[in-house]
Amino acid sequence: MPTVKFIEFNGTEHTIDANNGESIMMVATSNLVPGIDADCGGECSCATCHVLIDADWRARLNPGSETEESMLDLNPDRTEDSRLSCQIVMSDDLDGIVVQLPEFQY
Amino acid sequence: MSGIVVIGAGQAAGQAAASLRQEGYEGPVTILGDEAQAPYQRPPLSKAYLSGEIGMDRVLVRPEKFYHDKDITLKTNTRVVSIDRGNKSVTTEAGDTIPYTKLLIATGSRPRILTIPGSDLSGIHYLRTIDDVDRIRVAMQTASRLCIVGGGYIGLEVAAISVTAGLKVTVVEAMDRILQRVTTPEMSEYYHKLHTSRGVNIMVNTGVEGFDGDGSVSAVLCGDTRVETDLVIVGIGIIPNVELAEAAGLECGNGILVDDHGCTSDPDIYAAGDCTNHPNPVLDRRLRLESVPNAMEQTRVACSNMLGGDKVYAAVPWFWSDQYELKLQMVGFSSDGDSSCVRGDKDADQFAVFYLNSGRVVAVDAVNSPREFMVCKQLYGKPADPAALADPEVELKSLLN
Repeated sequence: MPTVKFIEFNGTEHTIDANNGESIMMVATSNLVPGIDADCGGECSCATCHVLIDADWRARLNPGSETEESMLDLNPDRTEDSRLSCQIVMSDDLDGIVVQLPEFQY
Repeated sequence: MSGIVVIGAGQAAGQAAASLRQEGYEGPVTILGDEAQAPYQRPPLSKAYLSGEIGMDRVLVRPEKFYHDKDITLKTNTRVVSIDRGNKSVTTEAGDTIPYTKLLIATGSRPRILTIPGSDLSGIHYLRTIDDVDRIRVAMQTASRLCIVGGGYIGLEVAAISVTAGLKVTVVEAMDRILQRVTTPEMSEYYHKLHTSRGVNIMVNTGVEGFDGDGSVSAVLCGDTRVETDLVIVGIGIIPNVELAEAAGLECGNGILVDDHGCTSDPDIYAAGDCTNHPNPVLDRRLRLESVPNAMEQTRVACSNMLGGDKVYAAVPWFWSDQYELKLQMVGFSSDGDSSCVRGDKDADQFAVFYLNSGRVVAVDAVNSPREFMVCKQLYGKPADPAALADPEVELKSLLN
């Protein structure tokens, strides 16, 4: 069972067991990790599951779709580490992935 | 053992379960829902769940285990029949009385039902619950023709899935254009052309007077026209479920009346989601919304306030609809605009219509244009130059400064 380490904006850490096939957004919302709203439920329609993932981990992820990129583009907190967590599906390869949460979702 | 009771187990209840615990409340939480399932998302029901692309596990707001882990009592198949405000309790159909210290009414809404000759024939479906969709999916396997009554978002989303699955689809709309209630003639025309080009037959100005069939529906009767069909899905709007609140003497009027904190006319009773009529300070008027973002955010606000917080619900409404490979994302209400401008290319199925009122951005309809959707969320209520909005050479980011 792979784990995800979420780090809230205030530094609080949550290490959560994830199921393979579950999105990182679902891992967060199913375990009361604050900071991810996920209003659209994972359809890449709302951009309220914005997270930051550093370059080393990002390199192991599927690249974001054009839609995801467009949704992120105008986010005021956007950095090159930005991803939408509903678009990242957990697998054993991602065991231990570190996910930083932004201060706000827009 | 008193605590917080939630009536309804839809999207708002699923969010309430999380919000109450996230806010640090450790007391009892009881969710009472009349459906058999744990809270699930309704938007996919007319989209990816109907097509079979996703299953039940992806539709649940949170896995069932969540409620157990967070010590939340989730009672499914449990219909509440009355609220006793004097004794601060609710009574279920089975006769159980459950006390509350604070109550959240999240009863949602139900489809408007047609009562015309033949409307009790089998093969006529409504689409609101997962059970509805499971029945429709079974029926679709043997049907070759589908008639959809009502050209709103639900009907058109179903049309897109069904025609793609190989059914012969007819949409019957009483008004002179599809989406008449929710969008502009320009957007209606775009979606009309889109569906027609994919093989959907759309009949506007066509009222349904009855259904014909021997036990099971075989035709939809529209004046002189008869639409032969194997299956009917009716999507003609929803009605907020206010009856429990009304019977308890809470103020209602096109929804359960709440204030900007989500509180009803009883300080111990809050309400959230489709069933409410709430003030929106950004739009400066009351709204009753049929939307998931509304249910989620209003619930977050109500939960915080039930626990002694002082949050105001002041969000700009937004909506989305997926039809075929097209993602429509909307902010605000196009009917608030006094002018509009188009950015992008309709023929390429990638465009956004911005609506302005007195020079300020009040809405967008964005087709396959997430950037325009996101920019409108941030530009809402602010002045913008329509020429710049419409000019693809002008970077959207520059408009945010």
